[in-house]
Amino acid sequence: MNRQAQAVVLLLFGGAILRASLSDLYLRYVKEGLRPFLIAAGVALVATAIATLLYERRPRDDHGHGHHEPRVGWLLILPVLGLLLVAPPALGSFTAGQSGTLPVSDSDYAALPSDDPAPIGLLDYASRALFDDGRSLAGRRVRLTGFVAPGPDGAPMLARIVMSCCAADGRPIKVGLTGGPVVDVPAGTWIQVTGTHSTRRGTDPVNQAEIAYLEVAQWQPITPPKQPYE
Amino acid sequence: MRVTGAGTLERTGRQRPGAGSVEVLAALLVLLVIFRGWLSGLVDGARWQTWTTVFVSVLVQAVPFLVFGVLLSAVIAVFVPRSFWARALPRHPALAVPAASMAGVVLPGCECGSVPIAGSLIRRGVTPAAALAFLLAAPAINPIVLTATAVAFPGNPEMVLARGLASLVVAMVMGWLWLRLGRTDWIRLPHRPDLEGAPKGRAFWSACRHDVVHAGGFLVLGAAAAATINVLVPEAWLQTLASNPVLSVLALAVLAVLLSICSEADAFVAASLSQFSLTSRLVFLVVGPMVDLKLISMQAGVFGRRFTARFAPATFVVAVLAGSAAGAVLL
Repeated sequence: MNRQAQAVVLLLFGGAILRASLSDLYLRYVKEGLRPFLIAAGVALVATAIATLLYERRPRDDHGHGHHEPRVGWLLILPVLGLLLVAPPALGSFTAGQSGTLPVSDSDYAALPSDDPAPIGLLDYASRALFDDGRSLAGRRVRLTGFVAPGPDGAPMLARIVMSCCAADGRPIKVGLTGGPVVDVPAGTWIQVTGTHSTRRGTDPVNQAEIAYLEVAQWQPITPPKQPYE
Repeated sequence: MRVTGAGTLERTGRQRPGAGSVEVLAALLVLLVIFRGWLSGLVDGARWQTWTTVFVSVLVQAVPFLVFGVLLSAVIAVFVPRSFWARALPRHPALAVPAASMAGVVLPGCECGSVPIAGSLIRRGVTPAAALAFLLAAPAINPIVLTATAVAFPGNPEMVLARGLASLVVAMVMGWLWLRLGRTDWIRLPHRPDLEGAPKGRAFWSACRHDVVHAGGFLVLGAAAAATINVLVPEAWLQTLASNPVLSVLALAVLAVLLSICSEADAFVAASLSQFSLTSRLVFLVVGPMVDLKLISMQAGVFGRRFTARFAPATFVVAVLAGSAAGAVLL
């Protein structure tokens, strides 16, 4: 791969990073906080490409000819392809089926939002239900947003991927659904579920972690949220 | 130190008559755009789709760190005079090793960035033992990583201390081991005649271009390997190993190598593997930033395969031992 070709690949790579970080595409792969660094890295890549093209246009003395240029650089076309042409979706039901639910931990259980039904995250709901026996949920209707994942007994569950850095460390949090209208949409569909705390508990067959359940009052399909991770 | 042109993944880029790289690249891009629909259709099965997502996200996550590391290594290669390192590091190599390890502690780097920096340090005359100690210490023990560990293990603050100490010990032991057993001709840095004697601006951008393309290409290889493991290894397999104390340590050490998670995130993954003992999770945290698939791939690219074939397994063994010992004493 000669230098002009390297410059073109760098330009495309930097451009792909910039395009992903200036739109919402990057949220499918990394945390929101990485955005300024992604933009800076994209600018640096584009600058390197432009500087290379400029220097290569100038007449030069002979150093720079006939020595080793990295052939492995051709592989950089793959991420360009992935970001510009394929743009794979955020992690979803496949990961939820393959990995065990996140073990929840104790927290301080601040009061629920005053809205009715109260919007609440899956992780928050699970830790309130499992550790606090649902005390802070008593008498309240809650609204959970997630996608449908196949549960251990074939019944659909609600799941969301929790990401701490990038999608490679994404792990699902699962909440079982009980009672109410049957959720009959295919796995991977995003839904919003309104319901109340259920005392039922289950175990995830993958890692034997406890799963909290929600008594469903109603549910509806929604468009996937901009921020797919929790 | 003998610095020769590296092996099979490099070739001479002489201008030949006929199709050059740019023409090949242009044809390839045109084909990709034409077959775009067909390509997206390929990425249809859930497993394959997850593979692509993990592959892209590992790269997107690593890019800022890679670019930062490359910029810093270009500054070292072009603007920092050789005499600086002679003054900054202790003259005796055995003392330079701990000094370089401590320098790694202060610099918040990621493993993808520290590989080109270490290569650049060796090129500028720093003793390889010290550069390698820096290579291991920088991603494993820096303020960001230790803070992340404290956040991920709120109930076990001793985990932070154990991780920092064990990783520091591994970096220094590997540096000293290199002094006793290492041979400089194992290291084959890519040949860079364009850096000598060129104007500084030109040399700087040339170093940036070369290092991003080179280290970035190997990062792509590593990310592909990590995505494959992520999709293929079902978590249920691991669970059966968790109950045996020795097997669980080995299982998580191997998993750290295979998953290739960034050192700033691995503490959260370790925290979620709660069926495993604290010691085995500590080993996961000590091994991961020092030996993993994407690092092995990048090190083979920057230092040569003869080097990596010896350095990576040795680091793995030392890291498992140091992690287990720290776990036995501190946890």
